[in-house]
Amino acid sequence: MEIFNVLNFDLIPLTLRLAVPIALAAIGGTLSERSGIINIGLEGMMLTGAFGAVYGSFLTGSPWFGVIFACLAGLIIGSIHAVLTIKYKANQVVTGVGINILAMGFTTTMIKVIWGKEGMSGEVNNLSDVSIPILKEIPLIDWLFTDQSPLTYFMLIVVILSWYILFKTNIGLNLRAIGDHPRAARISGINVTKYRYTCVMLSGLLAGLGGAFLSLVQNSLFVQNMTAGRGYMALAANIFGGWNPLGSFVASLIFSFAQAIRFNMIGYNIPDQFIQSLPYILTLAVLVGAGRKTRAPEALGEIDE
Amino acid sequence: MPLAIEMKKITKKFPGVMANDKVNFNVEKGEIHSLLGENGAGKTTLMNVLFGLYKPEDGEIFLEGEKVNIKSPKQALEKGLGMVHQHFMLVNRMTVLENIILGMSNELALNKKEHKRSINELAEKYDFAINIDEKIENLSVGMKQRVEILKTLYRGAEIIIFDEPTAVLTPGEVEELYNILNMLREQGKTVIFITHKLNETMEIADRITVLRNGKKVSTEKKENTNTNKLAQLMVGREVDFEVDIKEKDPGNEILKIKNLELLSDRSETIDLSVHQGEIVGVAGVEGNGQLELEEMIMGLKKVETGHISLSNKEITNTSTKERKKMRIAYIPSDRHNRAVFKNFTIKENILLGYHYKSPFCKNHIIQEEKLREHSEKIISDYNVKTPNSGQLLKNLSGGNQQKVVLGREVSQKPEFVLAAQPTRGLDIGAIEYIHNLLLDLREDNKGILLISADLNEVIKLSDRIAVLYEGKIMAFKDKKNFTRNEIGMLMAGEMVENEV
Amino acid sequence: MKFKDIIGGISRSESVKDVYISLFSILLALIIGAFLIFLIGSSPLQAFTVMFDGAFGSVSNIANTLTKTIPLIFTGLAVAVAFRCGLFNIGAEGQLYLGAFFSVLTALKFSFLPAFILLPVAILGGIISGMIWGGIPGFLKAQFGTHEVVVTVMMNYIGINITSYLVNYPFKAEGWVAQTDIIPTAAILPKLIPKTQLSAGLIVAVIAALAVYFLLWKTDIGYEIRAVGENPTTAESGGINIKKNISLAMAISGGLAALAGVTQSLGVYERFIDGFSPGYGFTGIAVAVLGRNHPLGVILTALLFGALETGALKMDRVTEISNDLVIVIQGLVILFVAAPEIIRSILKRRESQ
Repeated sequence: MEIFNVLNFDLIPLTLRLAVPIALAAIGGTLSERSGIINIGLEGMMLTGAFGAVYGSFLTGSPWFGVIFACLAGLIIGSIHAVLTIKYKANQVVTGVGINILAMGFTTTMIKVIWGKEGMSGEVNNLSDVSIPILKEIPLIDWLFTDQSPLTYFMLIVVILSWYILFKTNIGLNLRAIGDHPRAARISGINVTKYRYTCVMLSGLLAGLGGAFLSLVQNSLFVQNMTAGRGYMALAANIFGGWNPLGSFVASLIFSFAQAIRFNMIGYNIPDQFIQSLPYILTLAVLVGAGRKTRAPEALGEIDE
Repeated sequence: MPLAIEMKKITKKFPGVMANDKVNFNVEKGEIHSLLGENGAGKTTLMNVLFGLYKPEDGEIFLEGEKVNIKSPKQALEKGLGMVHQHFMLVNRMTVLENIILGMSNELALNKKEHKRSINELAEKYDFAINIDEKIENLSVGMKQRVEILKTLYRGAEIIIFDEPTAVLTPGEVEELYNILNMLREQGKTVIFITHKLNETMEIADRITVLRNGKKVSTEKKENTNTNKLAQLMVGREVDFEVDIKEKDPGNEILKIKNLELLSDRSETIDLSVHQGEIVGVAGVEGNGQLELEEMIMGLKKVETGHISLSNKEITNTSTKERKKMRIAYIPSDRHNRAVFKNFTIKENILLGYHYKSPFCKNHIIQEEKLREHSEKIISDYNVKTPNSGQLLKNLSGGNQQKVVLGREVSQKPEFVLAAQPTRGLDIGAIEYIHNLLLDLREDNKGILLISADLNEVIKLSDRIAVLYEGKIMAFKDKKNFTRNEIGMLMAGEMVENEV
Repeated sequence: MKFKDIIGGISRSESVKDVYISLFSILLALIIGAFLIFLIGSSPLQAFTVMFDGAFGSVSNIANTLTKTIPLIFTGLAVAVAFRCGLFNIGAEGQLYLGAFFSVLTALKFSFLPAFILLPVAILGGIISGMIWGGIPGFLKAQFGTHEVVVTVMMNYIGINITSYLVNYPFKAEGWVAQTDIIPTAAILPKLIPKTQLSAGLIVAVIAALAVYFLLWKTDIGYEIRAVGENPTTAESGGINIKKNISLAMAISGGLAALAGVTQSLGVYERFIDGFSPGYGFTGIAVAVLGRNHPLGVILTALLFGALETGALKMDRVTEISNDLVIVIQGLVILFVAAPEIIRSILKRRESQ
């Protein structure tokens, strides 16, 4: 049966791998939007992170410094979004769009400045995969511990940790209150502004790390506009997942599965364009159908308390 | 004994308004102190200054004789201040417990169990029957208010500020609130009670401070004052409570409502009618179906069961546009969200509802000159204070905005007027103007349905009164067959013995 | 017509403030751009001189600038119309692809029509496809309350993929390049200046801007659209149908965005090319925001951006600086305009000194 050729066991690790950048950025989106700040700028934050990662690796020769650079780049661009939307009460959607355009222009300009090339950087040292001894011997889950990127594990930790914090701790309680009713949170003695800055900057950091995965794990160089819409996909995953880190993760897996089967579909006469559209069509279907049951933070986008 | 609170020469400015002008305000320990004033007198501003929500331009605050500088609600809470807000500061999706402990702890762990035990103990002490695992969105208004009170108590508040706490309560719930307030006083707590209602003040307060136009007018002991004196202090002149309304024979029936279900899942329906040349008042505490009635008459909310007809024509399922064509003038209860465009000019506001019609519009093109003339006429006829009709509406005061709305609706020669909470939030001058306008319309043989939470207004203006409670009309008859007390009882859902 | 009338329903002092904020945003963005050029190690003065020369230095340069301006006017108008109805159309990019493809397809399929009919029909084919693609998010918002920002973002990718599929498979011309056959001469927008790319699309764009102005401020249809944008519940109680207007505004917006693709395809490329747009739809957001969602503002901003982009091409050739620096400047302008408080606080500080 042909279907078994399309759906084979190799899809699982591939799906997980492709999900890493989307999930990291999606959880960034979840954090930002739980604090009440819409983040359309995830795409630009990922792109900046991807660039920062390659630049760091290029400067130092160490991909780990690349990862740190990606985090810093994400933090910086995240704080631009934070300052504009929180301090200056800018329109959050417009600011997000501005950040995407700025990131696009800035990274492309800098390619030429740093490497003197058009469209892509030079090759840099990439972040190699690791295998975990003993665990990699266990049947059925061996793939999870064989040739995986450290960032994959980091992503899994982020998923669990952010879910735990959001729903099981005081910090999470405060954050959820801020997203739903910032004034009530403020009057209860919570420093809403501090939470917002932290969340939006963290969302930049996580999206930046997602970008680093693209440029230092899946590749070893930076290519102009290499995120190719993954930031928007992350935004969709966050909504699809109901502003919940676990939901965001599952949604990212669904999207990346659609990407993963592309590789197995070559030769099946299904145009690539249809498969590429799949995540977006899925999200639309969910939004129109079941999506109305998931509730966005009630004060999302309302900065004025 | 030092005063619980001493506020000295508090001054707070907003662009164009002096919200608090050198206000001195003292509260003794263990008293219920009423802060009385009209809308916009500066009561809430003063309390927000105390609570650290606003930073005053000038003035000092002392708590128990000690000078304090409260910069945030967090500091206010730490200093034993608590506030029960008019619009509840509760997160709908969270439980009672989560709302109460919100922001209290810097620890990571939630410790729900411990909190649960102590909150339940506290609730028992004050006789609050409350399920603290219930989500806020499933609670009644009265219950939500108790959650707010519990929240301040659980944080160890010694001074509790209530901001217009009765506005959303039924008379029965108001009684329960009074009991709670008295209990708080017995426990040695200090209570500040913000209100603009004189009878409430006289019922519950030990002392009363009156604010007017941002200035403190006076502080009185309850024993030394009465409703009339307070009214005079609050408004700055004698208030005429009674108006003579000419007897008038009503004409044909204009609005007829039959078996209309206002609130779903209650299986209660109402019948109501309005004749030409009469004002029918709908009395009741807000939230008992008034908004539904208003929106169903205008076609803004779908009618599930029942019939509405206007001038003998069924309109139950017609669009709002069709209804407006049948000459309904509509003064919505929610001016900001139903009646005006703040960033549009006065002209553009006056166009609403008539924008597709001759003479303002021909072949889809808006006739600017006709519109301008008409707008300028409304401005002069209705005494709207503005240089010209090209001004943005947001630059007008609330009363003038409402006059623009009235002018727009009434100038189109309506047959039927639906006036919902037409004077809410306005100053006394504007209120009198609007009352006279409604009476003139009655004189002019229009049918008027007045939906108002202000019982005085309903009694003053109406020929017939319907009392609405939980989606049901408790009684509907001539004003002269009601006593004030009876209406109050009916508003609380109490059937009156001799009535049925 | 007085200035106040041109600005429409906004009072004079407000609009003047808005114009100041826009101008200051441009100035600030250019200053930061100059600083970046300086950091890179080039001379900002030289760069800007080259840019200005590239944009306006000769008739053909001016023609190039105007050519770049055309699609930006359309996408800017598209975003502005939606915005006036309280909607954020991030989907202009997808809409313009649909419009471009279907105008070309119409031109190819109806090539038998007489010359003077073929061009309007092709344009109409593009507009209708854009109206449908833009109308869908409007309809979904009206019927199900689905947020148009998310839907239009999703539909961008779907739209671009659909046209990409169509031009790669069923309608692919002979050869390696993913493009359609060349359209019949009768369907080509005539050139305004010979031997340049500047086509009559510019005239269509100016007419579209005038039409948008007239529609929004002089007709009851536009009044309803603006009323819904300003306060939907008030509009509703005045008898205005919110759902109808949301769908309508998005459809008009989609139709305008489509014209960006139509004029590019019928006026510049004379065929449909896969992935031809460098992001006109997204730049349109900047154009609308900077142009204060007013047709006149949109035209001026589109002209500015067109000049920047054309000038940047020369800068790219002559200096060390990448033409993508212009995108940085555009991004900065959006950020500053999005946060007028920044400009206000700078102006205030200057006043108080």
